[in-house]
Amino acid sequence: MVDRRQTVAVTFDGVDAEGVVGESVLECARRNGVTIPSLCFLEGLSVWGGCRICVVEVAEDHRLRPACATQVVPDMEIKIETPRLRAYRKSILELLFAEGNHVCAVCVSNGKCELQDMAVHCGMDHVRYDYRSPLREIDASHPKYVFDPNRCILCTRCVRVCDEIEGAHVWDVSYRGEQALLVTEMNKPWGESLSCTWCGKCVAVCPTGSLAYQGRAIGEMEHDPVMIKRLAVARSRNEWLYPEESK
Amino acid sequence: MAAPIDLHEVTEREREERFRTRWRVKACASTACQSAGAGQTIKAIEDAVEAEDMMLEVQVIPTGCMGLCSAGPLVRVLRRGGDKAMYQKVTPETGIKILKSHVLDEETLPEHEIDTEIPFFSSQERVVLANGGVINPDRIESYVAHGGYLALEKALKTMKPKHVLEEIRTSGLRGRGGAGYPTASKWSLLAAAPGETKYIVANGDEGDPGAYMDRTIMEDDPHRLLEGIALAAYATGANQAYIYVRAEYPRAIERLDRAIRVARRNRLLGRKILDTKFDLSVEVRIGAGAFVCGEETALLASIEGRRGIPRLRPPYPTEKGLWGEPTMINNVETLANIAPIINNGGEWFASLGTPKSTGTKVFALAGDITHTGLIEVPMGTKLRDIVEDIGGGVPDGKGFKAAQTGGPSGGCIPAKFLDTPVDYDSLRELGSIMGSGGLIIMNEEVRMPDVAKYFMEFSMDESCGKCTPCRAGTVQMHNLLQRITDGDGTKQDIRDLEHLCSVVRDASLCGLGQAAPNPVMSTLQYFRSEYSALLREEVAHG
Amino acid sequence: MSDTMRSVAGASNRQQGDHPSGDNRFDLVDKHLKRGRYAQDQLIETLHVAQDVFGFLSEDILVYVARALKLPPSMVYGVATFYELFTFDPPGDHSCTVCTGTACFVKGADEIVASVSNTYNVPAGKTAEDNSLTLKTARCLGSCSLAPVVVFDGDVLSHQTSESTVSLVGAALGGDA
Repeated sequence: MVDRRQTVAVTFDGVDAEGVVGESVLECARRNGVTIPSLCFLEGLSVWGGCRICVVEVAEDHRLRPACATQVVPDMEIKIETPRLRAYRKSILELLFAEGNHVCAVCVSNGKCELQDMAVHCGMDHVRYDYRSPLREIDASHPKYVFDPNRCILCTRCVRVCDEIEGAHVWDVSYRGEQALLVTEMNKPWGESLSCTWCGKCVAVCPTGSLAYQGRAIGEMEHDPVMIKRLAVARSRNEWLYPEESK
Repeated sequence: MAAPIDLHEVTEREREERFRTRWRVKACASTACQSAGAGQTIKAIEDAVEAEDMMLEVQVIPTGCMGLCSAGPLVRVLRRGGDKAMYQKVTPETGIKILKSHVLDEETLPEHEIDTEIPFFSSQERVVLANGGVINPDRIESYVAHGGYLALEKALKTMKPKHVLEEIRTSGLRGRGGAGYPTASKWSLLAAAPGETKYIVANGDEGDPGAYMDRTIMEDDPHRLLEGIALAAYATGANQAYIYVRAEYPRAIERLDRAIRVARRNRLLGRKILDTKFDLSVEVRIGAGAFVCGEETALLASIEGRRGIPRLRPPYPTEKGLWGEPTMINNVETLANIAPIINNGGEWFASLGTPKSTGTKVFALAGDITHTGLIEVPMGTKLRDIVEDIGGGVPDGKGFKAAQTGGPSGGCIPAKFLDTPVDYDSLRELGSIMGSGGLIIMNEEVRMPDVAKYFMEFSMDESCGKCTPCRAGTVQMHNLLQRITDGDGTKQDIRDLEHLCSVVRDASLCGLGQAAPNPVMSTLQYFRSEYSALLREEVAHG
Repeated sequence: MSDTMRSVAGASNRQQGDHPSGDNRFDLVDKHLKRGRYAQDQLIETLHVAQDVFGFLSEDILVYVARALKLPPSMVYGVATFYELFTFDPPGDHSCTVCTGTACFVKGADEIVASVSNTYNVPAGKTAEDNSLTLKTARCLGSCSLAPVVVFDGDVLSHQTSESTVSLVGAALGGDA
């Protein structure tokens, strides 16, 4: 199939690239093999724009914009690796690490964690801020999965995947600010949830060790966020419908 | 369908009613005076009128805010076609005394009288608050008799929507909610938006601690707001409007609900307004205690019954707002300016204030200052005039230290900038913002790092938690400020604090986060020595 | 709005005063739901009504509202906990709200909160263990000219000090004992 969409010329840190009208800066960068660090964004889900890791600078305008939610426009000059942005990304990661209990050495996702990878990529080697060391209760009531809110970074991928792809809306965020916490149903143990279908998509998309399979030891948990992209793409092409159904 | 209200007949009737008695006693029944005991005072005066058989001589009228809230309960006595007197701190006993001395002895009561020639009254220019202390907010007739709904009638019967818009553009009116976006530009975006369904939202989620002008407008002049909404809807082609009010303002909710019912009955809202083809339905929506809901997109989420969490812009609400339809959000005070502009013309409005910030602005003057209350002055009035003349200066012989504007999103302005004209751009240059108009005066005893910590705690508690810099950054900034104010801070803490300020300012998603560092940055800029004096090293050496 | 949605709350042809839940106060909630035509955007208004009726929002009430509006329970819980004014515990016999707006702060409101909290052993935002007193702080009551402002059992009191508030609360609590 020939892509007839209109293209535009953009630059990433001075390097020319081709963008397609209507796509976001982040999508454009990925297609062109340019890395823009990001956390809450996941292909196949709606854009959330909350983690603020993917903020980029555009041309002379000093305002930062989230790459996941900014559309490419002709002759856009996008800056990713400026001293300011590097420093900001590091600070934002430090804030995330200080906010929860991210102790890699005892985490199921150690070595397979998007947050950890991001910290390595951005060169975050220490945290300047005081650790908040929250004491949030772990929910291991579900027969298949376990939820550790202390490792949650509130990216809301699980909330979005459960609502948008699975259609169950078991998860949501409760309270606000620092107290914000993921809940299942009426803040009941996950295992008692009537709406959970045990589909495991929330576990698949979790970027940290917050959602994991039961019984996994340190470093044994591997997530599969790309699965959501496969689902979303297949669904958009009506791949599971007979031709007469796919109107 | 009942016939629409005849504005001119009502005005005539009200005029007769006004001259029916020789004396009129107007008593402020607004929230501030109520908490000072206005309810009992009004009751006592009414009872006395009845007991003394003065019903044909005197009428007692409860009114909206008269401005000088610190001297409440306030009472004004007006003689038919003649002199007026204003009284402060009127207890029930004083009220009866005032009544008797006027009616029976034809004398004023000097020991309780306030001189209305003092700058607090004479230096003000009342446009938005013109009806404060004049009309009875519960009666639509009272509003109509003071020129109410004439602007709507004029617009609907003699102007095209684009002419209304043009008039607003000429006036140069800018949004009174904080950022100062030109109102006409917003309106024309909505007017140009495609589709049949468009919404208007009046933002009455006045969360700034220290500001209460929107509440006063909603409580004391609800029809002025409704008229402004109707004019905005007519100019932009909207047929449904919502007024989003904080749940903390039950009186405003009640008054607005009643005003909407009455306006509908009089064919000033609803279908075929004033027998024209223009329809508009207005509904009140209630908040539930979240400062962030003052942010446009969070407010929309809250009206839709969801968590008040801001979303990314674009798309802007004028493209995709409530339920995906074009929506325009205007501040209550902005909308309260519309009717006077249509009545008197955009040029008249533009002649007030400064060329770039036209019109007047209402401020809630509070803190360490002699006269506290609501004031309205032309834009560009010098801060010194507001503090020293209108406000009467800092009491108890103490010195002025700073004026805080814009609440948790604003900054502190030190004494050396007292001669700055108060307008959007000058305040921004000083690192503060106009905000919704809270103006808190602080005397020399207030420690500025404490003030910064207070506002940071506010922003931390009110952060919605969506984006990392605001959710976790405000927590860490508060933590650093706590350490500094406890005397345990180091120079590195100040450096970390400044760095975090820029991260949170630049990388946060919405205005709440982006403005949260303002109180810290402005106090660091103007009162840095107070921070340094608290640092650990200095304490040890000192 | 579909018919199934209307019947969810069991508001069909039954007599006033025998709510299926066994608690007739739900009738008042039903009335509001009906007036709002069970529209999902009525969630916050419905929670306000329910809190007015019951004094606080228990889990049962939240489940009831979620079912009636056909909303996921987690969403209702998320909305209810997001907003400051919804409470999930029964209120105490007396309530003391101290305004901590800027004007009140400048005039020492935090000392009032601290002294009431220490004297009567109630953390701010909580209810005492013996359920005698709920101590709350308010963002701004908009009575800045009367700062510092305290609202005790619905009465707005102006120009308060730590001592005046503590003795006032003490008088009320003592009067009950």
